[in-house]
Amino acid sequence: MNAATLFGLCGAALVGIGLYGLITNPEPLRKILAFNLLGSGVFLLFGMIARRAAAAGLGGDPVPQAMVITAIVVAFAATAMAIALVQRLADETGRASISSDSSDAVDGEGKS
Amino acid sequence: MSLVMDIWTICAVSAGALFFLAGTVGLLRFPDTLTRLHALTKVDNLGLGLITLGLLPQTSSLLLAVKLVIVWLLVQLSGAVVTQLVAGAIRQHGADG
Amino acid sequence: MSIASVFDIALVALILAIGASTILVRTAFAAVVMFAVYGLLLSIAWVRLHAVDVALTEAAIGGGMTGLLLLGAVARSRSDDVDRVRVGYPVRLAAGGLCALVVAGLAIVVLHPPAAVPTLAPVVMENLPPSGLGNPVAGVLFVFRALDTLLEKVVVLLALLGVWSLAPDRAWGGTPGLQVYAKPDPPLIFLAQLLPPVGIVFGIYMCWVGAKDPGGAFQGGTVLAAMWLLVIVAGLQKAPAISRLWLRGLLIAGPMLFLAIGLAGWVFADAFLAYPEGYAKPLIVAVEATLTLSIAVALAMLAAGPPERAQQQ
Repeated sequence: MNAATLFGLCGAALVGIGLYGLITNPEPLRKILAFNLLGSGVFLLFGMIARRAAAAGLGGDPVPQAMVITAIVVAFAATAMAIALVQRLADETGRASISSDSSDAVDGEGKS
Repeated sequence: MSLVMDIWTICAVSAGALFFLAGTVGLLRFPDTLTRLHALTKVDNLGLGLITLGLLPQTSSLLLAVKLVIVWLLVQLSGAVVTQLVAGAIRQHGADG
Repeated sequence: MSIASVFDIALVALILAIGASTILVRTAFAAVVMFAVYGLLLSIAWVRLHAVDVALTEAAIGGGMTGLLLLGAVARSRSDDVDRVRVGYPVRLAAGGLCALVVAGLAIVVLHPPAAVPTLAPVVMENLPPSGLGNPVAGVLFVFRALDTLLEKVVVLLALLGVWSLAPDRAWGGTPGLQVYAKPDPPLIFLAQLLPPVGIVFGIYMCWVGAKDPGGAFQGGTVLAAMWLLVIVAGLQKAPAISRLWLRGLLIAGPMLFLAIGLAGWVFADAFLAYPEGYAKPLIVAVEATLTLSIAVALAMLAAGPPERAQQQ
């Protein structure tokens, strides 16, 4: 197994870890964190694709690499927006959790 | 000549890595935040310093060597300031503040 | 097994452990600290994947800026005393099982690459010389897929507009609530006086060198933004009110210049965002320099959050 595949598998596992955190953690801030984790896993999959496509004397295909750079910046912008939303929600409602009151087990669809 | 350089690099980087290891063990094992900070400063000063010194002979150009030294100095500066800030916060608010 | 692959395996194990701990640790503060560490480890992984440009972006934005943003959010929310709602055990088990399925699916894709791996690297290298750039990633960003880069700037501006519009009515046009320390410590003030000159030179250098080596507008802009935030946090300079004209001018200067050059491409070259023959390099450098400033201001304002205090006259 070469390094590209190894990091590809790492990216796949990170997607799973992020997804799990996104579903099971009721705190919005932690959901945002988990979503970032999921995103970086996807970026690593892109990195694997770029590395496998190494040609023409380059260490990797520059097109997926450039797309990941764009994606990281956009992910940051989305994170900033999400945090501002969560804070406004907390200011308005006084609650730091978006879990429903009736049941503590249903939170799966409550994406931040 | 290059053999001497290589031996120097291996010795210095290994010694630096040893300090990193010791500092990490200290970070994990020491009982309170102030002593953990103490362990971390060893990593910053001696560990990174030795690794930088060890890598200097391996640089291909003077510019690269200067860059390495600048990186080291910047880490020194930020490490020292952050240590001060954490210690100051503990003094003001207590260890859990 | 070579030393490199031992290193890679250890690195992947560490990334997965730290990544899992950001999900599993109890307090939000610990999770954010773990996430910053995770970002730095991930940038090492990008170096191992021969993507140094991405590594710089990940370290600067993914680890540093996002970490700062999240730390600010934790400090403001102080949600330690929230009754900790835990998701029930069956749901966790089901979620874990489904996530494992997703991972398994992705792993199958990873382990079975197509026989002929598609690559655009030769095409990029073939068409790079006319642009005058030496860094293929910069070539993709500013020449071949310039539309993506332009739209990305617009997305960042839109996100900033969104963050600003979440301010309460009384604070609209006021200053962001970036107030981490009531009274900054002397060491922090010392750092804020000593570091920015070095950091500004470094940010400009990163932007400049991006034309031929790893680096570029994003990474340089992030360093500049970090310097500005440091000065603001240390209390040496106040955060600007968002109604300031110079602030808004700087924000749109980069995208506007990019757009103007793109539109001029219709007249002087044959397509939108095409550069006229022989003028590609100076135009790209001009766009990149202005974009660096705009990115720096936009990232810093995004990290500073929505306005909280009304503007003092």
